[in-house]
Amino acid sequence: MNVLLGIGGSDDSIRALERTVSRAKAAGDELTVAILENPESDREPSNIETRVRDTLADAGFDAEVRHVSGDPGPELVDLAESDGYDQVVLGGGQRSPMGKIQLGHIAEFVLLNSPVTVTLVR
Amino acid sequence: MSPDDSEYPDGTAGSFPEPPVSFADREGRDIEIRPYDEDEFEEVVEMYVDFDPADRAQGIPPATEERVRDWLETLFEGLNVVAWHGDRAVGHATLVPGGNDDHELAIFVHQDYQRAGIGSRLIRALLGHGRANGVGKVWLTVERWNHAAVGLYESVGFETYGAESFEKEMALRL
Repeated sequence: MNVLLGIGGSDDSIRALERTVSRAKAAGDELTVAILENPESDREPSNIETRVRDTLADAGFDAEVRHVSGDPGPELVDLAESDGYDQVVLGGGQRSPMGKIQLGHIAEFVLLNSPVTVTLVR
Repeated sequence: MSPDDSEYPDGTAGSFPEPPVSFADREGRDIEIRPYDEDEFEEVVEMYVDFDPADRAQGIPPATEERVRDWLETLFEGLNVVAWHGDRAVGHATLVPGGNDDHELAIFVHQDYQRAGIGSRLIRALLGHGRANGVGKVWLTVERWNHAAVGLYESVGFETYGAESFEKEMALRL
């Protein structure tokens, strides 16, 4: 399968990165990691890229890494459709102090607009 | 996401009773609302273990007893009130401290005790307890379709803030 992981730097997206890399390695999937500009995240794109490359190196797994500029939700959906991915993977939300799951705005947009299957990692 | 200070209502909410509060619910059952005491942990766990899965919202309460216990440990670091029918815990409301000098609110009533006026008393007693303990800013999120809950929150002074998102975001100043 051809998998597109979107990562904007929030903690849940970092967790999604780690889980998706190990899953793709086990399943023999092709993986592309798209680094997004998430205004809700404090991590800079260059820091995220370092984190992505470290995670791939630790896993001994190869994936394409690309930067996606502009509005992250719509850009990711466009990329998934135009480049023929089978699945989009994103972080599954942060938890409030109470423990309530709160989806990020990127996940909300992609869930409602993606023409391909979307996986949210918990 | 918790609100910025500027997103809270300008004025403060009305007056609320401080617990303990006793009353008969609409089914004629004698209910007492008291601040949570740490000796009552097991009774509250029991209420959540028996909680209707259909009443779960945004992933809480957790589904297994083990996770309920971990979750309650976190909640009980904040301010809590419990509604009792005799020695049975039938409702629980909580204010959990966040990072912006604010508190997140949630309220739960066991399915056997819903639609009996307990939630309305419970949230007022919690806000009375919160104000008496110096809580100033309170926020919550609620599923948009849950009109009963939204109506309850509006009735005590919560106002909607924030951009459009899956859940409705509401805030109140005590």
